[in-house]
Amino acid sequence: MSVETILQLVISSTLVYSAPLIFTALGGTFSERSGIVNVGLEGTMIMGAFAGIVFNLTFADKFGSATPWLGLVAGAVVGLVFSLLHAVATITLRADHIVSGTVMNLMAPALGVYIIKLMYGKGQTSMISENFGYWNIPGLSKIPFIGPVLFTKTSSTAWVAILIAFVASWLLFKTRFGLRLRSVGENPQAADTLGLNVYVLRYAGVLISGVLGGIGGALFAQSIAGNFSASTIVGQGYMSMAAMIFGRWNPVGAMGAALFFGFSQSMAIVGAQLPVVNQIPAVYLQIAPYVFTILILVIFFAKSKAPAADGVNYIKSV
Amino acid sequence: MNKINSYSTGLVAGLAVFFGLIVGAVIMLISGFNPVTGYISLVQSALGSSLNIGEVLRAMTPLILTAAGFLVAQSAGFFNIGLSGQVWVGWIASTWFVLANQGMNPWILIPVAVIIGAIGGAVMGFIPGWLRAQFGASEVITTIMLNYIVLYGGNAVVQGLPKHLMATTDMTKTLSATDSLRWDFLSNITGGSRFNIGFIIAVVALLGIWFVMKRTTLGFEIRAVGLNPDAARYAGMSAKRNAIMAMTISGTLAGLAGATEGLGTYLNIFSQSAAPQVGYDGMAVALLASGSFLGILFAAFLFSVLSVGGLGMPLATGVPTELVSVVTAAIIFFIGANYLIRFILVKLDEDDEKSKNKKDKKKAAKLNKKEAK
Repeated sequence: MSVETILQLVISSTLVYSAPLIFTALGGTFSERSGIVNVGLEGTMIMGAFAGIVFNLTFADKFGSATPWLGLVAGAVVGLVFSLLHAVATITLRADHIVSGTVMNLMAPALGVYIIKLMYGKGQTSMISENFGYWNIPGLSKIPFIGPVLFTKTSSTAWVAILIAFVASWLLFKTRFGLRLRSVGENPQAADTLGLNVYVLRYAGVLISGVLGGIGGALFAQSIAGNFSASTIVGQGYMSMAAMIFGRWNPVGAMGAALFFGFSQSMAIVGAQLPVVNQIPAVYLQIAPYVFTILILVIFFAKSKAPAADGVNYIKSV
Repeated sequence: MNKINSYSTGLVAGLAVFFGLIVGAVIMLISGFNPVTGYISLVQSALGSSLNIGEVLRAMTPLILTAAGFLVAQSAGFFNIGLSGQVWVGWIASTWFVLANQGMNPWILIPVAVIIGAIGGAVMGFIPGWLRAQFGASEVITTIMLNYIVLYGGNAVVQGLPKHLMATTDMTKTLSATDSLRWDFLSNITGGSRFNIGFIIAVVALLGIWFVMKRTTLGFEIRAVGLNPDAARYAGMSAKRNAIMAMTISGTLAGLAGATEGLGTYLNIFSQSAAPQVGYDGMAVALLASGSFLGILFAAFLFSVLSVGGLGMPLATGVPTELVSVVTAAIIFFIGANYLIRFILVKLDEDDEKSKNKKDKKKAAKLNKKEAK
């Protein structure tokens, strides 16, 4: 294999595997920046995957190649509704954030498979006919060397995800909304005394994470898994949470970490075709993201602090 | 509003179960099933025959152990999500030991294997405890990460075991009944179920851990650190040492649960697509028990009835098994959001008082009238 083909294979598969993680990790960033720990990203992704696949199977004839993109919208809507559960529990009903997130993760696969069994009479759906294929970016793919390596037969959704990471960074750090969202995550009492509505802002944070997590799940299902069952999403949500921590609660950092985790995941799959990498047992590549996350937590503990009021319920004094 | 915390946890837990079952009933109604026949079929499939009762007791075994493990960590202020991974390590370690040493006297082999399983879990509990104590790394995150490391690592270990121990590439050979925790007596009285000595181990361990936590210095220190780390340090207790101890004990119990799974229930090891579910279910049991050791027995029984009964539901009524997991999750939701339940209770009490006051006033008014006459 030539260097160019190897790079092309590695980069395109990295992008395919990273894209769902980027979306979900960005979602987690919004939630935790507003002060709500979101262990339920895994559950949100499962519901997103469920919605994306059901939409795709139902409407593939009608919408043709646009179906997967609309499937992402379906995933976003269902993710939003599902995350409302977490928001109500933690913000309004003062539930422990980890308990509520765990409830989401217990609930999602059960609910998804329950509905699938009623709809299709079996525990896993058929394969979808319209999925996210590979795509050449017009114009950029003509650049010599860089074009074929980066922009030919690549994942369009990954580039969208990368773009959204920068938008999210701008939103969090350069806009009034972002400043307010971060302030209720750092010091809700102070934010409240300055007239901000802590509850509304925290709801916004959690619901944004629902939308992005739902998109992440729908994307994973429609680009990698191809169907929905109890084992469609196994750990991608937790991996996204890890990416968020690895990226130190920063959208661009989370994106970078998600790219790295996507690379590591894709190596476990396509590594067999590559020289050198095929000598490494797949298990090391599978566990690498998790090992690195623990190491980062240990090494950068002093620097990688979560938002100060992350996980702390805000009870307005009367 | 101090009243809101005045209700007993038992009452709140009972109401959470009730609301969870209501959620399940509503879902059955929406999807066109009769909730009454649904729940009746669930109870019948769980408790209808001695075989099923045996399976319920069997299902309780790992839940009691993992729930007790969760509770110990929680007493020290930690959230051990790593129970699943600790179960998996205990399962592999104990069962592998027996597979590799077949022919040894079972009276030595099995106890040693159980202890090895417990040690495996202990190591997996020690790591996040130490990372927390030494580096302040959140145990919630490290245990989640360790679950996946152990899941994939464990699968690789299972697939890499010597060929003569394997039945297929993903599954070991089955242990003989003599080299396991099975006991004919327990099996026979429950119609040939997989009910085994693991249950006795679980109950004894629960009693033991209750004693340690409530009657020994170690337990007192762990609870003190959990309640107020600063005050505990001021009183000369080491927060670090107790953090590590609590997580290690927690892991030990989960490792024991893994040993009962491997040596009592399945009698082999097979690769998993996700870390064993009993870890997460044990968490649910402990949360429902709300800090009570006796509560663990009730909660484990309830969840085992749900899970064993749920298996019979599709045949009897067509309701998919997954319904019971939705109910379980809903119960934990209400436990987590117990503020809602307490709030409703306060409102109910206030209404009672109001109507009582109204009645009293009316009575008083009547009396006044009479007197006026």
